[in-house]
Amino acid sequence: MAVVTEFQKAAYVAGQAADARVNVEIEAEGMTLNIGPQHPATHGTLRIVVRLDGEQVVWAEPVCGYMHRGYEKLTEVRTYPQVTTLVNRIDWLGSFANEVPFILAAEKLMDVEAPPRAQWIRTALFELGRLANITLFLGDMGVQLGALTPVFYAFRDREHVLNLIEAATGGRFHPNYDRIGGLKEDLPKGWVTEVKSAMSRIRTFCDEMEDLLVGNEIFETRTRGIGLVPAAVGLEYGLSGANIRASGVDWDIRRDEDSPLAWKHCDWKVWTHPDGDCFARYWVRLQEVREATKIVEQLLDGLPSGPIQAKVPRIIKVPAGEAWVHTDNPLGEMGYYVVSKGGLGPFRTKIRTPSFSNISILPWLLRGVYVPDVITILASLYFILGDIDR
Amino acid sequence: MTAALHLAYWQTTTIKVLVVMGVIPLGALVLAYVFLLKMMSHMQSRLGPMEAGPHGVLQLLADAGKFLQKEDVFPERADRAVFALAPVVVLMSAFLLYVVIPAGPRLTVSNLDTGVFFALAVSSLSVLGVLMAGWSSANKYSLIGALRAAGQLIAYELPLVLGVVGVVIQAGTMSLQGIVQAQAHGALLGFKTLGEPYILPQALGFVLFIVGAQAELTQTPFDMPLAETELVAGYMVEYTGFRFLFFFMAEFGTAFAFAAIGATLFLGGWYVPGVHGTAADVLGPFVLGAKIMLVSFFIFWFRFTYPRFREDQLQAVAWKYLIPLALVNILVTGLLKVVV
Repeated sequence: MAVVTEFQKAAYVAGQAADARVNVEIEAEGMTLNIGPQHPATHGTLRIVVRLDGEQVVWAEPVCGYMHRGYEKLTEVRTYPQVTTLVNRIDWLGSFANEVPFILAAEKLMDVEAPPRAQWIRTALFELGRLANITLFLGDMGVQLGALTPVFYAFRDREHVLNLIEAATGGRFHPNYDRIGGLKEDLPKGWVTEVKSAMSRIRTFCDEMEDLLVGNEIFETRTRGIGLVPAAVGLEYGLSGANIRASGVDWDIRRDEDSPLAWKHCDWKVWTHPDGDCFARYWVRLQEVREATKIVEQLLDGLPSGPIQAKVPRIIKVPAGEAWVHTDNPLGEMGYYVVSKGGLGPFRTKIRTPSFSNISILPWLLRGVYVPDVITILASLYFILGDIDR
Repeated sequence: MTAALHLAYWQTTTIKVLVVMGVIPLGALVLAYVFLLKMMSHMQSRLGPMEAGPHGVLQLLADAGKFLQKEDVFPERADRAVFALAPVVVLMSAFLLYVVIPAGPRLTVSNLDTGVFFALAVSSLSVLGVLMAGWSSANKYSLIGALRAAGQLIAYELPLVLGVVGVVIQAGTMSLQGIVQAQAHGALLGFKTLGEPYILPQALGFVLFIVGAQAELTQTPFDMPLAETELVAGYMVEYTGFRFLFFFMAEFGTAFAFAAIGATLFLGGWYVPGVHGTAADVLGPFVLGAKIMLVSFFIFWFRFTYPRFREDQLQAVAWKYLIPLALVNILVTGLLKVVV
């Protein structure tokens, strides 16, 4: 017999109250517009309730959870190697980058370190995931503003990156390639030369975007001064990644924190922009893509030889303990807090996803803007639905 | 017409109606295929439809067939009569536009003395249809789209009309046939043989016309009434089946008609140097067709390249830049007309 505790009752009442607030109370005055859950600008099922005065937003609230898949809970009934399959699907555009922090956390708990070759390949694939993710953003931003063509260029050139990921890992979208203590297998023959040509293609694509969008007056009038996030406010709301770097905060976990991954061996730059508007966020991401191509090339030039798998037991048991590992993923800071009780799988996992924090600024940011700017701001904050709802 | 071909009034009228009924859907089809399906695809490094017929030429017919089979859905709280009528009103304005465009010295449906006036007046009829569609759909997105369309079309009617006034002053007539004749008989810098296409002396007027037409047609960068990513196609959002097909046809039919007006006003219409009399009547439609394709190429080129403005920015562009420019254009044209 199920016993309903006081806590559960309170949680139920709070949930009902939240629903009522979103669904009923806001119908009071002005026009309430539901942007989503089914709306092309939300890339999935995010719902944003806005109250309008004319075309101006008086009040806005994002409602998420329409695609909640419960990954944090699901990890509790999976073994460690099985979890990568799940977390691949969090940020589905740059999936490999989701696996890495979790595997690193598990390695930290087990006190295992992957051999250098594995670390370098991991880093290269991590950055390829970043490319696959952010190139799409660079084109998609155009579509959200009404320019149809850039997104097709993005898909065209992103294809080469996806082909590389597929060649190395066997999966285009969900690589599932990272293993505790190493990788699934070594790189295929000829992969490195393929990467070289793909990287130059991506850089050409960046130049094209600079011509088509960044240099376009209409694009500038639509993005400059729109969705301004001051650095202090951005930090308060927990913005991370390119979103906070566009507000002038020079913070990149890849550079600032010590990690077993190979970024420290490369020569690259963290770009920031002082403005903090939609244009700055686009510009910073554009530079980030260029830097990522450089990182990948440098990593593959200096790729060490040797094994790709450290010695780990056949059945992986992680000793009791807690570990927090975060990395600078394509969308921002992503982290896993893994608690182990010594079993085959995690006892508890907390996944810190960047998009969830990034959209939390929306109520603050959307007040007073026009409806078209809502779309611009949503596009420039750049979230992936899977990354919000997990 | 020669004596042997003398037709009764009802016969000529029937022929004229059939021509207009045929030209607009055909023009819409051609524009949609050449520009929407093929040019846009090639610009975006893809092929576009390739399966239905050679290079997908029959794709639009297949699409039309699909639309006709679909259920005619009315939203629950829609104003049914207005909802049903709106696409017809929009399509009608495209048909009416074509009535005054001459395709040859004698090939006109109706040679009105105030042809320009008629064309520009009729073109704003479509706003009425758009407003009807937006209001009757009982949908917030539709309503925002329709109100945007109304605000935008009022703002852009002015630069469009004022841009054309320069041509009217220079030609000294409002009849479209007269304007073509004036261009045919004009002398550019003293050379009589080539005529004088008004795109050269009225270059500013042409730019204003193209920008205004782009806004009238709600094409990017002025497509806020549709705004695919914000309003999810705006006033069309509730339409399905053949009513949607009407809107689609009207979109390209109006683009075709506007390109025809642009070609007539600025590129010399059916006139090509060295062809006169009956030969001009035979060649006229083809020459006009080629010029229409040229003008619509520009319209669609902009559409597929640019992002869109915001509604208030669009109003600012119209009232702060385009209308003053148009007034300057009229002033200079008027002065030159009097002085020279």
